[in-house]
Amino acid sequence: MTKRPSVAVFKFASCDGCQLTLLDCEDELLALGEKLDIPYFLEATDRREPGPYDVALVEGSITTPHDARRILEVRQQTKFLVTIGACATAGGIQALRNWADHADVLNAVYASPQYIASLATSTAIADHVPVDFELRGCPIDKRQLLEVVRALIAGRRPKTPSHSVCLDCKRRGTVCVVVARGVPCLGPVTQSGCGAICPAYDRGCYGCFGPSVQPNLISLTTQFQRQGTARPDLVRGLRLFNAYAPEFRRECDRLDPATEEPR
Amino acid sequence: MTSGSPGLDQPLFLPRERLGALISELQSRGYIVVGPVIRQAAIVYDELYTVDDLPRGWTDLQEAGTYRLERRADEQYFGYVVGPHSWKQFLFPPVATVATAVATEAGWNVTAADGRDAPQFAFFGMRACELAAVAVQDRVFIQKDYADPIYKARRDKAFFVAVNCTQAAPTCFCASMNTGPRCTVGFDLALTEIDDGFVVEIGGERGRNVIVALGLAAATNDALRDAEAARRRAADGQTRSMPTEGLRDLLVGNPNHPRWTEVAERCLSCTNCTQVCPTCFCSSVREVTDLDVRQVERRREWDSCFNFDFSYMNGGVVRNSVRSRYRQWLTHKLATWHDQFGESGCVGCGRCITWCPVEIDLTAEVAAIRGDVS
Repeated sequence: MTKRPSVAVFKFASCDGCQLTLLDCEDELLALGEKLDIPYFLEATDRREPGPYDVALVEGSITTPHDARRILEVRQQTKFLVTIGACATAGGIQALRNWADHADVLNAVYASPQYIASLATSTAIADHVPVDFELRGCPIDKRQLLEVVRALIAGRRPKTPSHSVCLDCKRRGTVCVVVARGVPCLGPVTQSGCGAICPAYDRGCYGCFGPSVQPNLISLTTQFQRQGTARPDLVRGLRLFNAYAPEFRRECDRLDPATEEPR
Repeated sequence: MTSGSPGLDQPLFLPRERLGALISELQSRGYIVVGPVIRQAAIVYDELYTVDDLPRGWTDLQEAGTYRLERRADEQYFGYVVGPHSWKQFLFPPVATVATAVATEAGWNVTAADGRDAPQFAFFGMRACELAAVAVQDRVFIQKDYADPIYKARRDKAFFVAVNCTQAAPTCFCASMNTGPRCTVGFDLALTEIDDGFVVEIGGERGRNVIVALGLAAATNDALRDAEAARRRAADGQTRSMPTEGLRDLLVGNPNHPRWTEVAERCLSCTNCTQVCPTCFCSSVREVTDLDVRQVERRREWDSCFNFDFSYMNGGVVRNSVRSRYRQWLTHKLATWHDQFGESGCVGCGRCITWCPVEIDLTAEVAAIRGDVS
């Protein structure tokens, strides 16, 4: 390869955990530095070079008018835009504001809310600009991130699995917490990515990687109610990092008719 | 039965306190002994180090979508049926490297898996349905035109200690699939647990060589009678059944039955049934490279016909609905498996019923289709 692909990393409304996953590639970090040109990655370096960029890794959701303009500029400067993490792909935990009154929240949180310029909603990057590839998760998975980087270096399209967390539990021999313990678990409707960590520690899946393909939410939540989980608990379970992913959003709203219509 | 002293092929009696000696004997012959152990609130299969690793005095309570462990009133070693694991995870590992390739100046240096480093397992506590399941996978992996080297090497080395079931779970239906509950073929040794020990049947030369080292006496008539009564409990205790008469034609002839739509409303397409099934054999293969693409691993992983991507071909996904995927699984398992391999793909172990998070029961699905049609 004559020229190293340039990769810029941008942050919007987020906790930085997904960017940290890149820095957490300790064994691969030196090789990555050789293979990639990294002109913009504020969490790692104060180098700030202008675009255009071959690839942008975009973390975070759109929550302010300023960020709504900035993502358009990032898109204009980028050939291949990859969203990383639940904030960027679904709006993140901060999308809980989408079910609340924006003014109430501002008044509750800030002493002088008149200085705050924020949007009433937290939305995914794909709601604002076209996205070429998405890496799910809260946070993203290092192995999937490396797959994107490998694909980028090789000049092919990345491929990450779309199956449910259940398949990962079975491959690693984990006993199903739903069947053996009656623990509600979002694994059957959640996309693979983390390697099925929580059920291996006897916990239900929290759905960090968002809805799997064609998820049957209604069947699963109906079953959990039959096994004794209360509706409000199911609503809370779905309103986490991927609450505003369309399939999870529809189901928690269906279970919670008292909810105000989300904006 | 192979040659040998006819006296040795009479059933022997293994006193309960000497069960550990059988495990030690296998270990001393170089086997990794794998058997039932309690992990994560279930009886699963993992390496046994001593007889104390066995779930002595425990049983399992199973129904569609539910599995619970409970203390038994007695100290039986094998007083339960089958759990979420099956022996397939040892013969057909969930993740395996089928080949590696390294870039050299002269080109790619490719090494394919040949099974040479296969571990030598002794499976301790295989049930009749599980022996039948291994026979089904034998036909898939080694008896057709292309033998899988990973499976074959592990299978050839494996020693099978079977255990006859002495009780049935409500999810069991091996009797109707004609695969159990009695272990009749395919084992090296078969135990039947009675009050003070085990009646041991010898399945062949390899089993005889192992058991002879323990110097056991022949089982008494009383012990044989008790063992027979214990085995009968497992047969008589079965409440579920799968009527197999005309089953292939029933399913193949009803691709548009409304029941497929109804079950799809419940099915999560989560893959659990296929992963706990001891005969499901689907996998996918992908290449994993280093950053330079100088080293490539071709990796095989368990996959499932319930996955959206599994039927992806150029142009799109062939089975683009839960309805079509459930129908594909059940019809293959119970019907077109006959066309492909000359037998059913179901051994009646009931795992897919117990481990379905939403309680889908294939015997009920078949009954619904049969009832509406005939």
